[in-house]
Amino acid sequence: MDLWITITIGFKEIWAHKFRSLLTMLGIILGVASLVAMSALVKGMENGLREALVAIGGLEKVTVVEEDVPAWQQQLADQAPGITMRDVYALKDSAPMIKLITPEMRMRGPTVTRQGKAFHPWMIAGTWPSALEMNQHVIAHGRMFNEIDDESARSVCVIGTATRDELFGSPETTGQEIIPIGERININGHLFTIIGMFKHYESDQERKRRELEKNQPKEIKTGPARSRGYGGNRSSFVFRLKNSTIYLPMNTMWIKFRSTAGTNNIPDPRLSGLQLKVADSERMEPALQQARNVLMHTHHGIEDFEFRTQESWSENISQQIRHARVSRGIIAGISLLVGGIGIMNIMFASITERIREIGIRKAVGATTFSIFIQILVESIVIALLGGLAGLVTSYALVRVLAAMSPAENAPQITLASMALAFGFSAGIGVAAGLLPALKAAKLDPIEALRYE
Amino acid sequence: MSLVELRNVSKIYRVGDEEIRALDDVSLDIETGEFISIIGPSGSGKSTLMHILGCLDSPTHGTIRLDDTLIERASPAQLAAIRNQKIGFVFQFFNLLPKLSVAQNVELPMIYAGVSSRERRERAMAALKMVDLENRSKHRPMQLSGGQQQRVAIARALVNRPKIVFADEPTGNLDSHTGETILHLFRELSQQGRTIVLVTHDPEIAAVTPRRIEIRDGKISQTVDAKLAGLDRLSPTPAP
Ligand SMILES: Nc1ncnc2c1ncn2[C@@H]1O[C@H](COP(=O)(O)OP(=O)(O)OP(=O)(O)O)[C@@H](O)[C@H]1O
Ligand SMILES: [Mg+2]
Repeated sequence: MDLWITITIGFKEIWAHKFRSLLTMLGIILGVASLVAMSALVKGMENGLREALVAIGGLEKVTVVEEDVPAWQQQLADQAPGITMRDVYALKDSAPMIKLITPEMRMRGPTVTRQGKAFHPWMIAGTWPSALEMNQHVIAHGRMFNEIDDESARSVCVIGTATRDELFGSPETTGQEIIPIGERININGHLFTIIGMFKHYESDQERKRRELEKNQPKEIKTGPARSRGYGGNRSSFVFRLKNSTIYLPMNTMWIKFRSTAGTNNIPDPRLSGLQLKVADSERMEPALQQARNVLMHTHHGIEDFEFRTQESWSENISQQIRHARVSRGIIAGISLLVGGIGIMNIMFASITERIREIGIRKAVGATTFSIFIQILVESIVIALLGGLAGLVTSYALVRVLAAMSPAENAPQITLASMALAFGFSAGIGVAAGLLPALKAAKLDPIEALRYE
Repeated sequence: MSLVELRNVSKIYRVGDEEIRALDDVSLDIETGEFISIIGPSGSGKSTLMHILGCLDSPTHGTIRLDDTLIERASPAQLAAIRNQKIGFVFQFFNLLPKLSVAQNVELPMIYAGVSSRERRERAMAALKMVDLENRSKHRPMQLSGGQQQRVAIARALVNRPKIVFADEPTGNLDSHTGETILHLFRELSQQGRTIVLVTHDPEIAAVTPRRIEIRDGKISQTVDAKLAGLDRLSPTPAP
């Protein structure tokens, strides 16, 4: 017996009971949709994580921050020196496994003003030119300050696009890209010349969307513009912070803001932190041990500092992703299972309805096997139709989810998850059809013909 | 050698403690080309006998040989093939598949025989022409009258060119006039040389066939041979 005819019979049978078949498929539809959407979400999270990780300087970056003195050293607390430039020079001289060192001295309560406009950037930090490499910054216009700017403590700064947008106007509002190189801005009461501007940082998803919008005619706005949550745009957190960074030369920061300007005019030489890059990310542990030894020496044995690796952060997030994957996988699995049971149930009902038909088919020469295949094919056809509908549903679902989630986490449907989900529904079709098909195939023709 | 040889066949049903002998030591030969009726009162075992003859059911005791095949030795797949190729059934309640069209119903045995779709269509139309229904091929069975449905069932029974056709009360569900046209059809088919076994409880219908087998309580009580009874098997009108 021809497989094609069997499949056609299966379709006819399903079509004859459209509503019932649809209800039966619902479980499979939900299962497949949630499986694919779940994978898309996780994939989006992974994409976001990977991009964010690169944006903040990669895995081999380590931040040293000031920490409370441990309990057993409490009596030494007032002698704790904090992290200073001494540490930076000591590490530079004595820790060869550290490739790059960048000090960072942040300004408290940073305010930038220009012509009556004010902006509170996320961070204004005095640093070295190496901060560029350390934090994966790219200068798009102008230049980074150099050692000479630093030594002579020039009043120059490098800004990100967020500062430009706030003080000079963003490309979206002015319709052109303003490059404020050479302009002067006021940082906490001191005039600075902008000598460089970073490129605009954004996630891949964000860039794609922006480019798409650029190519489309501007939509006519009706009604008041609605805010879309914090920051007014959906730009991701990591990229937003990065865009609102202002760098000054280290010495400028020290002389203009720290050497005299403390609350009671006591100079404050402490850094907010320093950043390291190890020479070999495979040998992170020994490199950190080496740096720790150097710092213990400069800190007179007082452990008032801490190493923060990106690894612990990314570990944490990937663990969350794993948890999300497992829990949603279980949900998808359960709904697929329920869908399978639904199909089995409906197949049993269907063959009970068709006992006479099966008897007739056997009387005219259907073999046990051909009846078995016929019922099995019907079950598989239901499951596969459900699987297809599930894929379509998941596509719509992912579109909805994408509209709700931050740009860099935008869910992404993967071919592998679609294949997996579809394969699953085929498998469920087989599994659910097996018992009913066996029951139908084993029917005695005489009893089946006599059945009312 | 006969087309069908039934030897000492019994069929015993056990319902609780009771034993029902639906067939009790029946022996019977059917030759190619015969037109036979099996007659008996209700519950006498006619259907049971026909089902066993038609390889739909298996006897409790005894042997059947159909066209040189020993039935109890055949595998289920072989039995399905025998039902498909060598036997045609016509039932009292037509037993057409309601979701299929008339033509598709007639094609059904050929589907299981693996006939190509073009040949299926041609042969189904030819069979429908034989029962005078070629203009109803696209109809559903429910859109036909009882007699027409039975003619479709006959077309289906003949379409695989079987060695023998079994009809169980083929007129039992029809009014007497329609029943007569169906009987006429069987007689014509018999005159074309087909082997036909007709099951009925109506002596008038049984009188149409040259050979009658009377069955009572599962036993063959009497066999009336046409030649012995002086009946002309080619007589154009039913015997009184
Ligand atoms: N599955 C069964 N279980 C038990 N007894 C059965 C079964 N099938 C048939 N019988 C019994 O076997 C006997 C013969 O039944 P069968 O159907 O062959 O009679 P019949 O001659 O065809 O009757 P009718 O003219 O009413 O169709 C009856 O007594 C019936 O009750
Ligand atoms: Mg009967």
